[in-house]
Amino acid sequence: MTDELFLQPQTPAPAPDRSGTPLVEMRDIHLSFGGVKAVDGVTINLWPGEVVGLLGHNGAGKSTLIKVLSGAYRADAGQIFINGEKATIQNPRDARRYHIETIYQTLALADNLDAASNLFLGRELTTPLGFVDDDAMEAETRKIMARLNPNFRKLKAPVKALSGGQRQSVAIARAVYFNAKILIMDEPTAALGVQETKMVAELIQELKRQGLGIFLIDHDIHQVMEMCDRASVMKNGQLVGTVDIADVTEDDLLGMIILGKTPERAAPETVQ
Amino acid sequence: MVQDAPAETVRAPAKDGSGGFMRAVRALDIDLRLLGMIGALLIIWLVFDLVTGGRFLTPRNLFNLSVQTASVAVMATGMVFVIVTRHIDLSVGSLLGFLGMIMGTLQLHYLPGLVGHGHWSIWIVTILAGVGAGALIGAAQGYVIGYLAVPAFIVTLGGLLVWRGAAWWVTGGQTVAPLDPTFSLLGGGAAGTLGATWSWALAAAAATGGLLLQYISRRRKAAHGFPVKPLWAEIAMSFIIVGVIVGLTAVMVAYPVPEAAARRILAARGEAIPEGPINMAHGIAIPVVILLVVALVMTVIARRTRFGRYVFATGGNPDAAELSGINTRLLTVKIFALMGALTAIAAVIASARLGAVGNDLGTLDELRVIAAAVIGGTALSGGIGTIYGAVLGALIMQSLQSGMAMVGVDAPLQSIVVGLVLVLAVLVDILYRRRTGA
Repeated sequence: MTDELFLQPQTPAPAPDRSGTPLVEMRDIHLSFGGVKAVDGVTINLWPGEVVGLLGHNGAGKSTLIKVLSGAYRADAGQIFINGEKATIQNPRDARRYHIETIYQTLALADNLDAASNLFLGRELTTPLGFVDDDAMEAETRKIMARLNPNFRKLKAPVKALSGGQRQSVAIARAVYFNAKILIMDEPTAALGVQETKMVAELIQELKRQGLGIFLIDHDIHQVMEMCDRASVMKNGQLVGTVDIADVTEDDLLGMIILGKTPERAAPETVQ
Repeated sequence: MVQDAPAETVRAPAKDGSGGFMRAVRALDIDLRLLGMIGALLIIWLVFDLVTGGRFLTPRNLFNLSVQTASVAVMATGMVFVIVTRHIDLSVGSLLGFLGMIMGTLQLHYLPGLVGHGHWSIWIVTILAGVGAGALIGAAQGYVIGYLAVPAFIVTLGGLLVWRGAAWWVTGGQTVAPLDPTFSLLGGGAAGTLGATWSWALAAAAATGGLLLQYISRRRKAAHGFPVKPLWAEIAMSFIIVGVIVGLTAVMVAYPVPEAAARRILAARGEAIPEGPINMAHGIAIPVVILLVVALVMTVIARRTRFGRYVFATGGNPDAAELSGINTRLLTVKIFALMGALTAIAAVIASARLGAVGNDLGTLDELRVIAAAVIGGTALSGGIGTIYGAVLGALIMQSLQSGMAMVGVDAPLQSIVVGLVLVLAVLVDILYRRRTGA
């Protein structure tokens, strides 16, 4: 990860340039669980330096859709393009190869292991002989934690013993440490206090500036209006529409979530 | 760190001021649970020694105890991985019997025909075949558990019946004996020991290795700028390491081989038999050496390899492990294959100790192995367990059993006591965890 992370005073990141090839395109994704269509022909996309909010009720299919991208689920049908090239993502390892990192709502931490072991889980640093190098991993963890969450001290404790905010910062550190190009955040601030939420918002701005594309699942409409460039709304497994945040109001978004209707003012985007 | 060492040992000085002892424990960075187990073991030993009028804590009895513990302890180290990943293996006792039978017939009925009777290679080929078969059978059970998603309890309960039946089938129920002479040494009879000289050589090597590791670890921590233990704590630790190694070796060396047996051993080796009294010591038994090597290797696997890290991560949170790109199905196959290979090693020790393979070899061992792992602090809820704990657990179990046999407690009462101790040990562990939040 780069050294300039999180150090500058916050200025809003520039608006994303959507003229080039999208970073991610998920085309016509279908996924059913035993007859229930969890994701039903959804198409969404994401450009570099852009934050796209994914909205919808519980069970609308947001998390399922995103898990197709992160490799946790395999779609029944549909295609994924990364930088315009067809990508095959069959498991989380594949997703990591495409520099897709995910912060899950559940955080997906092994509670019995310490912060460093979690941060490097599946990608351990090893000594020349191939043994796990705990000291090197602890040193790296200290470095990134010093920037992400300066109050983080409990490096040796199992993450079970950490507070919600501290656990969250371990999950975030894991996602940003490995030079992610595409970041998926599933309710990253759900368990956080005001101060910590602000830190995450600043982090998102910083990552945007570095050209990452971010999918953000969030229930807080206000937060989505603040942090996102566009929003894709889902209902009953289908895409209601994708709108530019600049074109809509909070009420418009609420209308889309509840009624499943795209406001007339914001013409639905045509997706290639 | 993986193995739930007390958190923030040196960095946070003792806040509760609970006396010099706790401060010392913290500074030394010793696992409290380890101390508890050693304490329990010492109490058991002292009580039996008092009750038997000093017959329990003798070099002879401690030597026998070490040999009797080896087979179950070897399997218990593997059971730690199995239980840490929230599985169970009920088949190890039967599998031990089956593998013992295979190795018995191989060295008695097949290999002599191929390479000649008493050939030097027989015991090596036998063990390689046994370990290979054990790993394969374990992998097969692991495949059904990991890939076909049948619960481990069911698969290995089936295995318990299947392998016991298969063991009978190998010879139609006949006992296989006598075993290859070299193979028999691995069971730790009077001849199957290191003797005084080699025992001390091993002790010296172990002490040197221990001190070297301690030094390297400290230097690495300092190089990374991490806090290190105070120097007095390191030196105290060094003394403890060396003291324990020297003490245990001295006990084993203090058990002399009886005159007649010593003459037989020397004759078998083709050495000159001296005229006067023979001064021959048992020293460390070969099965104990095997156990020490297994425990060392398993500890390195648990703490210093990716495989070990994934075992604990999967035990702590299977979903997180999967999402981190760990192939948890293949991991399950590997864990059960390892368990099978260790069962084969245990089968070597158990059959060599008896000098014969009977149909009932290993009966009920699955329960002893699981109990050893659990008494040693392995949590059935997954994610927590240590190799040294399992070995100590096996030693505690065996101490209880031998002690009660020595005192003359009836067999049914022995079972009752062991059963109660098992539950009590787990209860204490749960209460301890709840209090410390570990």
